[in-house]
Amino acid sequence: MANIPQKVVHQYLRHDKKFPHVWCAGCSNGIVLGAIIRALASMNLNRDDVVMVSGIGCSSRMPVYIDLNTLHTLHGRAIAFATGVKLHKPHMKVIVITGDGDCTAIGGNHLIHAARRNIDLTVILVNNNIYGMTGGQCSPTTPHDAIATTAPYGNIEPDFNICNLALGAGASFVARTTAFHVIEMQNYFQSAMEHPGFSLIEVVSACPVIFGRLNKKGGAPQMMKEFRDNSIPITAVEKLPPEKVVGKIQRGILRQEIRPEYCNAYAELSARVQEKEGK
Amino acid sequence: MLKTKKSESTKAKTPKTEPKKENAKQESKIKELQTTRERKTVIMQGNEAVAYGALDAGVNFFAGYPITPSTEVAEILAAELPKRGGVFVQMEDEIASICAITGASLAGAKSLTATSGPGFSLMQEGIGFAKITETPCVVVNVQRLGPSTGMPTSPAQGDIMQAKWGSHGDSPSIVLYPDSVKEAYELTIRAVNLSEKYRTCVILLMDEVIGHMRESVRLPDMANVRVINRIKPTVPPHWYKHYDENQKYLSPLASYGEGYRFHVTGLTHDAHGFPTNKSSEGGEMMDRLRKKISYNIRDLVQIESHQMDDAKIAIFTAGITARAAKAAIAMARYEGIKVGLLRPLTIWPFPDDAVRKMLRNVDTVIVPELNQGQLIHEIRRLTKDKSDGDVIAIQRVNGQLITPNDILRKIKEAC
Repeated sequence: MANIPQKVVHQYLRHDKKFPHVWCAGCSNGIVLGAIIRALASMNLNRDDVVMVSGIGCSSRMPVYIDLNTLHTLHGRAIAFATGVKLHKPHMKVIVITGDGDCTAIGGNHLIHAARRNIDLTVILVNNNIYGMTGGQCSPTTPHDAIATTAPYGNIEPDFNICNLALGAGASFVARTTAFHVIEMQNYFQSAMEHPGFSLIEVVSACPVIFGRLNKKGGAPQMMKEFRDNSIPITAVEKLPPEKVVGKIQRGILRQEIRPEYCNAYAELSARVQEKEGK
Repeated sequence: MLKTKKSESTKAKTPKTEPKKENAKQESKIKELQTTRERKTVIMQGNEAVAYGALDAGVNFFAGYPITPSTEVAEILAAELPKRGGVFVQMEDEIASICAITGASLAGAKSLTATSGPGFSLMQEGIGFAKITETPCVVVNVQRLGPSTGMPTSPAQGDIMQAKWGSHGDSPSIVLYPDSVKEAYELTIRAVNLSEKYRTCVILLMDEVIGHMRESVRLPDMANVRVINRIKPTVPPHWYKHYDENQKYLSPLASYGEGYRFHVTGLTHDAHGFPTNKSSEGGEMMDRLRKKISYNIRDLVQIESHQMDDAKIAIFTAGITARAAKAAIAMARYEGIKVGLLRPLTIWPFPDDAVRKMLRNVDTVIVPELNQGQLIHEIRRLTKDKSDGDVIAIQRVNGQLITPNDILRKIKEAC
């Protein structure tokens, strides 16, 4: 076997099987994968008890590279598969990797209902504002007026605010960060995995090769700089005048509250019914 | 070659093997529930029989969405599964249901869902995923009439071809078809068993009238129920191949959380489960899906032969229409007409050899079905030696059943 570099990240990768990866140069997916691994490593979880489920799309190719129990499913359905895994083995930590199209277009229904149930899944939504894998079509988070191959004259639709969608559906942990803020991202991932209930972290990410090129955003470094300069922590929002908040990416934990978790509620119901039957 | 439903249930020796539970107390509780359930003769409807068949087969995970005429299956399991430590979950739609049962199965559950036409259409992509990833699960489709919403409470047999070809991409199917409440119970158990053995999504097609008809049945004692569980790997994790090239393509299946850390993908994959674009590996995977079924066809096929020994006219049909055919045969035999019935319990893979052999000595085949011609094409394919006029169709798609008299009339015309 080849000499394995002993960085934390390398210990978690399926190094001898599935590289090189499919992502373009400058893509944020690798940064997200690294942050997930460091969060997992710092939590010291037994990786036999961690499942990573994904749908279809660029970010959804992530599970194949990481040495966990991994499940690469159908377009939009990752949360539904994850619900099955989690309900049968509630002690397992279930992470869902998904994208803006996968989770809020074709899979929007599963997202809102999983949030409503408050089932203990950690959904990491990598939002690159476009369908990258199929070559740059318009997604529910493509900004108004932005160019996509299926919106060649500019997108006339308003875009989704994913975190507000999750908040509205009842998610008990919601956070937003960007691919530039790596340490923050890692901390949010860890808090979300430790959170007993449905959690969603939106990672605003860069697709320089497709979204960036179509919309003249410059290369990956320029897009990362934009994330740095054009985002503010939500704690600062109140202190700033409204004109300085408009158009900014608001980073931070938008909600973190404890409410009854679905698997626990089911276990309680089951125990109650069995007790009644036993009498 | 020919097996009847009887051979399945009388063969049974092994007492019930339980689904794995962490809690030993819970386990004994389940055993108690299952063994003490009174096995006297009861009046039961087909959907109820499916639910109890599922429980007796060890199903411990159900995800579903309400739809007529299958809803009773979900309702009964919603009441029964929590008592037995299993999971019932009502999902947001049928797509989520098939996905959830597939996910649960990969985590080690025995899982099942029940639906009808519109839901069955929605599930097709998920059924394909279960097939390509060789994940055991069962889909019960209680058929209704017509495309789209159609007639939700009327019987039809229109999904016979959909059950075979519904999911894109050319993969073989295992589809079972009961003709009575008792058989709905037995074939549900068989469907679960076959799904575990062959690691695939098995479909149970039901007629609306069987789902809702109440019949007197006596379910077998648990000791006589034969339950098959998936083969577990015995190799250490680094030797494990998720799609091992075992004999007859029946390979062991690990579950999430057992230390194997395997990868599952709906992409074309190699023996380890990792995606591949190589034509050699892709071709091998497709071959494997086909051979798994075709190499084991004798185990999969079940066909009932009723008064066929001296028959000159054969009736070929499945499900509720076969009940009418049996009544018609009794009437025709009373008048001295030599007529018999061939009824497949497994409709896919199609029992080619058995049907060809049994139709060799008959002059005429009548194929009654509640659709516009599906099984009849298989019969025409297998009876090339007969002229078109010797294969007679009776087809009805108005929500009414084909009656014994309808069939008797055709029998007399064929004489």
